[in-house]
Amino acid sequence: MAFQPVKFYQTGTFTVGNRLLAPEERSVQADMARINSLNSGHRACQGCGEALGARYAIDAAMRSTGNRLIAANATGCLEVFSTPYPETSWQIPWIHSVFGNAAAVATGIAAALKVKGHAEVRVVAQGGDGGTTDIGFGCLSGMFERNDDVLYICYDNEAYMNTGVQRSSATPPGARTATTMAVGPQPGNCFGQGKDLPRIAMAHGIPYVATATVADLRDLEYKVARAMSFHGARYLHILVPCPVGWGHGSHETIRIARLARETGLFPVFEAEDGEVTGVSKIRKPVPVEEYLRPQKRFAHLFGRPPRIDIIAGLQEIADRNIRRYGLLDSTD
Amino acid sequence: MEKPFAITLDPGSSLANRTGSWRTSRPEYVDRLPPCNHACPAGENIQGWLYHAESGDYEAAWRELVKNNPLPAIMGRVCYHPCEGACNRGRLDESVAINAVERFLGDEAIRRGWRFAHGAPTSGRRVLVVGAGPSGLSAAYHLRTLGHAVEIHEAGPLAGGMMRFGIPQYRLPREVLDAEIARILDLGVKLVLNAKVDDLLETMRAGRFDAAFLAVGAHIAKRAYIPAGDSSRILDAVSVLRSMEGEDQPLLGRRVVVYGGGNTAIDVARTARRLGAEEAILVYRRTRERMPAHDFEVEEALQEGVMMKWLSTIRQADEGRIVVEKMRLDDKGFPQPTGEFETLEADSLVLALGQDVDLSLLQGVPDLEIRDGVVKVDSHLMTGYPGVFAGGDMVPSERTVTVAIGHGKKAARNIDAWLRGTARQLAPRHELASFDKLNTWYYSDAPKTVRPVLDILRRQSTFDEVVGGLDEGNALFEARRCLSCGNCFECDNCYGVCPDNAVIKLGPGKRFRFNYDYCKGCGICAAECPCGAIRMVAEQI
Repeated sequence: MAFQPVKFYQTGTFTVGNRLLAPEERSVQADMARINSLNSGHRACQGCGEALGARYAIDAAMRSTGNRLIAANATGCLEVFSTPYPETSWQIPWIHSVFGNAAAVATGIAAALKVKGHAEVRVVAQGGDGGTTDIGFGCLSGMFERNDDVLYICYDNEAYMNTGVQRSSATPPGARTATTMAVGPQPGNCFGQGKDLPRIAMAHGIPYVATATVADLRDLEYKVARAMSFHGARYLHILVPCPVGWGHGSHETIRIARLARETGLFPVFEAEDGEVTGVSKIRKPVPVEEYLRPQKRFAHLFGRPPRIDIIAGLQEIADRNIRRYGLLDSTD
Repeated sequence: MEKPFAITLDPGSSLANRTGSWRTSRPEYVDRLPPCNHACPAGENIQGWLYHAESGDYEAAWRELVKNNPLPAIMGRVCYHPCEGACNRGRLDESVAINAVERFLGDEAIRRGWRFAHGAPTSGRRVLVVGAGPSGLSAAYHLRTLGHAVEIHEAGPLAGGMMRFGIPQYRLPREVLDAEIARILDLGVKLVLNAKVDDLLETMRAGRFDAAFLAVGAHIAKRAYIPAGDSSRILDAVSVLRSMEGEDQPLLGRRVVVYGGGNTAIDVARTARRLGAEEAILVYRRTRERMPAHDFEVEEALQEGVMMKWLSTIRQADEGRIVVEKMRLDDKGFPQPTGEFETLEADSLVLALGQDVDLSLLQGVPDLEIRDGVVKVDSHLMTGYPGVFAGGDMVPSERTVTVAIGHGKKAARNIDAWLRGTARQLAPRHELASFDKLNTWYYSDAPKTVRPVLDILRRQSTFDEVVGGLDEGNALFEARRCLSCGNCFECDNCYGVCPDNAVIKLGPGKRFRFNYDYCKGCGICAAECPCGAIRMVAEQI
C-alpha cells in the first residue's frame, strides 16, 4: 500500500523531500530537474488546488512513463487557465477536447498509438468533476466498459468553478453554490443526490481505481505510479480544494484537503478489479465541523441558529465512510 | 511559418504571462531564533550543531558546538538544560534530549581525540585570567582562539574550580574533566597552579598583562548561628565536597543531617549516602516546591534513600542529636516558627546555606562597586576599573556551570573588542520561533530515548556515573527529532506545494529562492512550511 514506514523522525516522510533521505526515496516533486508539466504563468487563481494536483499527477505520470505521455484534456478550469490561445503552460503533448468527450478522445489516441506500434507511449485523460461526473460520464463509462488503455484523472473541486460555481453531481450536501443558494428550509445542496464516481468506476471492474488529495503528495505519486503499472482503463479521483469556490483562504488549500481526509468526508483508498485493496488511515481524527467552518460555502450552517441537523447529516456521511473503508486504526 | 487551417498565431509559452503582478503579499525566507538557542545560558547554537548530528557528521557537530562552549562532555553531564525546557518538541511529544546528544558529542570527541582548531593570528596582547573554574577556562579558550596570550592563575592545586571541588564524581567523572581541560591548555594557554592572586594590579603589572578576567567563584561557605555543644560535629558543604577530592574522605558518621535546600545540599546528602551513612536527612525551612534545588535531583536523591524534612529549622546541635523546630508558611510564603520542637539523632551536621566570594584580591583596585558580596559589572562584564572584567559566581547571576561558561565567552569577546579599541556590536536578534509558527503535521511522533539510569543500589554505594550516555544509534535518532524551529532544513515542502512553480531549488545546502515574476502570493508555502522559516509580507502597492 501507499504508506511508507516512518524512517525519519525529524519529519517522517510527510514532507515533499528531505536532505536526509536518499534521492530515490524523495518525491518526484522534490527533484530539482522535475518536468514541471504545468509551467509557471498559468492563470489559475491564487492557491489553486487543481493546478497543484495536475502538476503533481502529470509529473508523476511522466516519471513513470519515461516522459512518453500524451494527455487529453476536457474543457474546464484546467483547460481555460492553462491554455488561452496561443499560450500554453503544458510542457507535454497535450490535446484539448470539448467538455464531454475527453475519455473518448483519449481512447482514440490509445487506439491510434496501438495501430502505429507505439505501445510504449501512454495516454491520460483529465478533467474536472463537471466534465467527469456529469457531462463526460457517458464517454467515461464507455471507456471503462471497453477497458481502453487510458488513465483517467478527475480533479474534483466539487462544482463548476470555471463558469461561476454552479452545482455538479460531485457537490457535497449542504454546500452553497450559485445554483444551490443558502435559502429556504433546506439551504445549499440537497442530501441524497450526487454520484460517488470512484465506486461507480469500481463497479465497472476495471483494473485500478484510487482516490487521493493534494494534501498527501507521496500517496498521490504512489497511486499515479501504481496506475501506470497496469494496462487497461484506470481511474484516479483527486480532491483539489478551490479557494474561490469553497470560500477559504488561498493559503489553506492543502490544510482543507487534509481536513477532508482526516474527518472521513473524503475517503482515500485504492481498489483493484473492483475490490478495495488499501486505505489511507486517518492520522488525527477530527469532527466534520473543523472542515466545514473555514469554508464560506458552509457558512450558513453556522448562523443563528446553527443548522445542527445538516452538520450532523454530514458527520453521518463521514462516519459511514470511516466504517465502510475502515479509516481508523482499530488499535486507537 | 506555414500554419494549419484557421490558425493565425504561433504557439507561445505561458511564461510570457508574469503572474507575479497579481500579488498583494509576498513570501520571504527568514531565520528565526530557535527556543533552545534562546534559552541557552552559554549561547550555544544548539540547532546548528544538531543539524550536523542529524546527518551523522558528529565531528562537524562538535566543531559547531565548541564555537561557543569548549566543555561539551562536562556540559552534557552537569548542565540543567534550560534548552530542553524551552524545546518546542516538548509540546508535540517530548523535548529533544539535547543534553544527552551534547554529552555523546563530547565523549565522542574525547574518544576520537578531536582537537581545537587554532584560531586568529597572534595579537601580541596578554590577558590574565584569575581562577581556573568553568568561567575562567571558557574565557581562556575564547581569548586564545581570538589570538591573545592567556595565563590562568589558579589558587588551588588543580584546575576545574567548582566542577572539581563542588560537583561529586558520580555526576562528573574526573577523567572527563581532565580531558576537556587538557584540550584547552593544548591551545597554548598557560596554567599556573597554587598561585592565589592577592594583589590584582601588582600581578597585572608584573606579568605585563593588558587586561584581566576575574572568575574566582564563590568558595566561602555561609554560616548560620546555631547554638552547639562542645563535642557536636558541624561541617560546611563546600569543605565536605572539596575533601572528597583529597586523600582523606570526610568522616560524617552513620547519621548525617544536611541543612539547606539547594543543589549543593542535595549533592552532600547523596555523597553521604555513598560514604556509608545509613541515614542522610535533609532539613529545609520551606516546602519542596520552594526548594532551589532542581526537581530531578531531589527525585534522584529520594530514590537513593535520602530523607527530607520540610518546614524545619535547626535550633540546637549537640553531640549525637539535633533539635529541630517545625515551621509554617505565612500568607506571603515566608516560614514562621511554630514553637514545636523535635529531636533528630545525628553524628554530624553539614551546613549547605550558600556561598560567598573571596574578594580579597580586589583590595587596592579603584572604582569597583561591590554590592551584596558580589562585584558589579556592566553589560560587557567589565568592572568599574577599565580593562578588568569579571564573571561566574562572583558577579550577580544564577550560579550554574552553564552560566559561568557563558560569562567566560561573553567576557572574552568583550575583552577582545576592548583590546582592539572597539565596542562589540551585536547583530540584532532574530524573532523567536515560537510553537505557533510551526506546522507540526509534518513531524511524525517519536518517543524520547531515555538515558539508561544505573541501578539504584549501585548508585548508592559507588561514585560511578549516575546517568548513562547515548550510543550512536540513539544519538542519531534523538538528533533527528529536532524540529529545526525557525530555520530551513531543506524538506522541499515550499518547492513542492507551490501551484505556480515559483520556488527555485538551489541545491543541497543552498536552500531556495522565490521567483517573484510568477509568485501570486497565495501563501501555501508559508502555511505548509513545517519549521516556520517563511513569512508573508504585505506588498507596497
